[in-house]
Amino acid sequence: MSDLTPHDDSHEDVPASVEPVQDPGLPEHTWRPTDVDEKAEKRAERQVAGMFGLSIVSVVLFFVVYFTADVGDDWTTFLGLGASNVGLGVFLGLALLLIGAGVIQWARKLMSDHEMVEMRHAIASPEEDRAATLAALDAGLTDAGIARRPLVRNSLFAAVGVVALSPIVLLRDLGQTNAQVTEEAEYPGAGLEHTVWAAGMRVVRDAVGTPVKAADLQIGDLVNAQPEAIFPTEENGYPDLEGAPLQIAKSKAAIVVVRMDQDAYVPGEGRENWDVDGIVAYSKICTHVGCPISLYERTTHHLLCPCHQSTFDLSDSGRVVFGPAGRHLPQLPLDVDDEGYLISRSDFTEPVGPSYWERDSKPIGEQGEADV
Amino acid sequence: MSIDTSKVATTTSGAVSSKPTKVGAVATWADERLGLGTAMKKNLRKVFPDHWSFMLGEVALWSFVVLLLTGVFLTLWFHPSMAEVAYQGSYDQFRGVEMSDAMASTMHISFDVRGGLLMRQMHHWAAMLFIAAMMVHLLRVYFTGAYRKPREINWVIGSLLLLLGTLEGFTGYSLPDDLLSGTGIRAADGFMKSIPVVGTYLSFFLFGGEFPGESIIPRLYTIHVLLIPGVLLALIAAHMLLLVSHKHTQWPGPGRTENNVVGYPLMPVYMAKAGGFFFIVFGVTALMGGLLGINPIWKYGPYDPTKITAGLQPDWYMGWPDGALRIMPGIESHIGGYTIAWNVFLPIIVLPGVMFTILMLLPFLESWITGDKREHHLLERPRNAPTRTAVMVSLMTFYGLMWAAGGNDLIAIHFDLSINQITYFMRVLVFVGPAIAFYITRRWCISLQRHDNAVLTHGRETGVINRSPEGGYSEKHEAVSAERAYTLTSRPRDEVYSIAADKDANGVQRPTGRLSGLRERLSHLWFADNVQKPTQEEYDEGQEHLAHADHDDHAELGSKH
Repeated sequence: MSDLTPHDDSHEDVPASVEPVQDPGLPEHTWRPTDVDEKAEKRAERQVAGMFGLSIVSVVLFFVVYFTADVGDDWTTFLGLGASNVGLGVFLGLALLLIGAGVIQWARKLMSDHEMVEMRHAIASPEEDRAATLAALDAGLTDAGIARRPLVRNSLFAAVGVVALSPIVLLRDLGQTNAQVTEEAEYPGAGLEHTVWAAGMRVVRDAVGTPVKAADLQIGDLVNAQPEAIFPTEENGYPDLEGAPLQIAKSKAAIVVVRMDQDAYVPGEGRENWDVDGIVAYSKICTHVGCPISLYERTTHHLLCPCHQSTFDLSDSGRVVFGPAGRHLPQLPLDVDDEGYLISRSDFTEPVGPSYWERDSKPIGEQGEADV
Repeated sequence: MSIDTSKVATTTSGAVSSKPTKVGAVATWADERLGLGTAMKKNLRKVFPDHWSFMLGEVALWSFVVLLLTGVFLTLWFHPSMAEVAYQGSYDQFRGVEMSDAMASTMHISFDVRGGLLMRQMHHWAAMLFIAAMMVHLLRVYFTGAYRKPREINWVIGSLLLLLGTLEGFTGYSLPDDLLSGTGIRAADGFMKSIPVVGTYLSFFLFGGEFPGESIIPRLYTIHVLLIPGVLLALIAAHMLLLVSHKHTQWPGPGRTENNVVGYPLMPVYMAKAGGFFFIVFGVTALMGGLLGINPIWKYGPYDPTKITAGLQPDWYMGWPDGALRIMPGIESHIGGYTIAWNVFLPIIVLPGVMFTILMLLPFLESWITGDKREHHLLERPRNAPTRTAVMVSLMTFYGLMWAAGGNDLIAIHFDLSINQITYFMRVLVFVGPAIAFYITRRWCISLQRHDNAVLTHGRETGVINRSPEGGYSEKHEAVSAERAYTLTSRPRDEVYSIAADKDANGVQRPTGRLSGLRERLSHLWFADNVQKPTQEEYDEGQEHLAHADHDDHAELGSKH
């Protein structure tokens, strides 16, 4: 037992007499069977050692599973599960649990269970120590002349402050800004205000890249589509697109194409010629935080985002009808080419995806015409 | 207990031999080089009090160790690269599919490295356990008042650990670059872009240009395996050092005071118990990793920015801000050619910041309201601090409702309800619910206090029914033991702050600040309705009454109370 001398009760501000019940003191220690019965003690010893022994057995089984149960394309199964994973997990788990249980059993049954009392010390340093430290600090500061030499002090602060700017400047090359990306246009559709869509580009199905014929779409159909530039071939003549530029292009240009009853479709102001017989195309990228949207209800023409349930009305310029999105879905102006395939009349007339500070938000009627 | 204690000396003799032992020789060798003898003298037999709830922080600590161990294993095979490769591993359905190297190497770990899937699943389960244990530990510390002086700084460190642990979890589950995590990163990109003025700059710097680019996975990897774990380790070390220097809090009870700590010594009892518990936590995570599947990326497929699945959920600890995001009305401002997306910025950037700030300020707010600047080492039962308890239950209700809102689509599907109505309902409930919870909790605590006083002054109910000669029935009450009575009364009396009574030792009115009036009202809210423990007279009167109750007015007692 450590320090047993009673401490100065400096923060005991209520006199003991006010207390209804006086402290009866620590209860008397009661002996455990393992303290007094040699048989119980030996039994506990055997239990602990037994657990350690079983732990070794578990590890051996762990090794057996590791070397016998196959993984890979023809893996061993156990109860329909991967035998390797189940066996390794179970035997490693048992091996560890048995060590833990054994050690704790040892502590509970065989180590002393006498409660000990240790006195607390005040957290704060003694008054004289604090005074001495403050004096030393003062002496140090006086010695350095921090207060006496404001020129040195202030220029040091200034120098350290300016040096601290250097890592921030060093981090500048983490990435180009939106303005730089847009201006340098190193890949098609660079920058937040552009996509790879352009006037006359064919609309193609998103997994296979085949063009979409307007006549093939029935009322109620939905096609997940991409611009043809995503699938460059010798025939269509688009430049090769791979790696990051491909991912960036896909992440902005994805659209959904739906065909609805022409009577149900209400074109927005200046968008009277953006549909082809009730076939309309909207950005697939939610204007909330940018998830691709996919859940279409054909009777209401509502498109629901599975991330945060923003719901857009595709028969009414992609207006938000429910949920946390603050803006309508951008619409892609459509047309058909000579062969009857769907093409775009231009790029989107407004940025797709989530809102950002520099985004100029104009109402639908003021976004300008499509290029063709 | 009638146990024969005559043989005790044979088993627990503490006799120390004066002959130098082997351990002693090693210790001397080490001390002559490290000089740690003095520090060890005090700490080897340091006393720790015993209570099951003190184990919750240990779960967090040990699951962090499991994370370090399993994480190192995973780094041996994981490639933090977004280069496109055609998958050639064992999983038939993906053979030949283009995916990022990050995803392909995670598939390799899961299907072609023996024990790889086990380590991945253990790592993910341990991460969930880490964060869950930190949260429950935080609640324990709060509800028992363990965060009061001198432990406020450790409370702040603990809150930072929770914040960093959450970020660490997010960066971790983003690394495999599967469809689910990629969608999460894309949403995070949207969150960043919503920050006024600097949003797009932050996004373009983090992603190395436009989303998704090819830098995000390697950068998240560095943050996940180096930056955050380094800070976590440093903060955990500080957390533990402060724990040792403050000494652990303890529950009040016979012989336990503000000035002592009663329990078992670190060496050997706590070393064994805590060390053994590490193996238990490790073993439980191994069993979970072996038997419970988690994050099956092969079911989601590689990330493709044009694809999505329904019923998307982040890991559970990210659920509450996601709920806030879902129920926030779609408000966006357009001012002079600039856009502020309040619908994203408020729930996902501002709200978590505000919540963590409130969390870290709690100890300072409480001590300002109560004016309590004393050191506290004895814990308080939640009922004995009704307003404190109600504040946290209120915050928990807010958290829980936000979390439920994050599953509004699942609630709608499983209970066949309208998602629109759930969302509108939640918009109201997240404000009303916490207020109701606050009121109920506070009154509940106060009635529990009243019950404690009834037990002290009128004894406990024995369940024994007496019939008097007159035919009346009454329940026999029995005085509680001195130990129990002392434990129940071992708490300070609350003092409501009032400006009028705020005088210094010489009776001179202390100067009041602008906030004194507010403090007076808050202190009144905090304390005024609390039930104080009985005075000595009340207690003695109750005891006397109990002693005679069997003979005379017992029936009356039964009907009165």
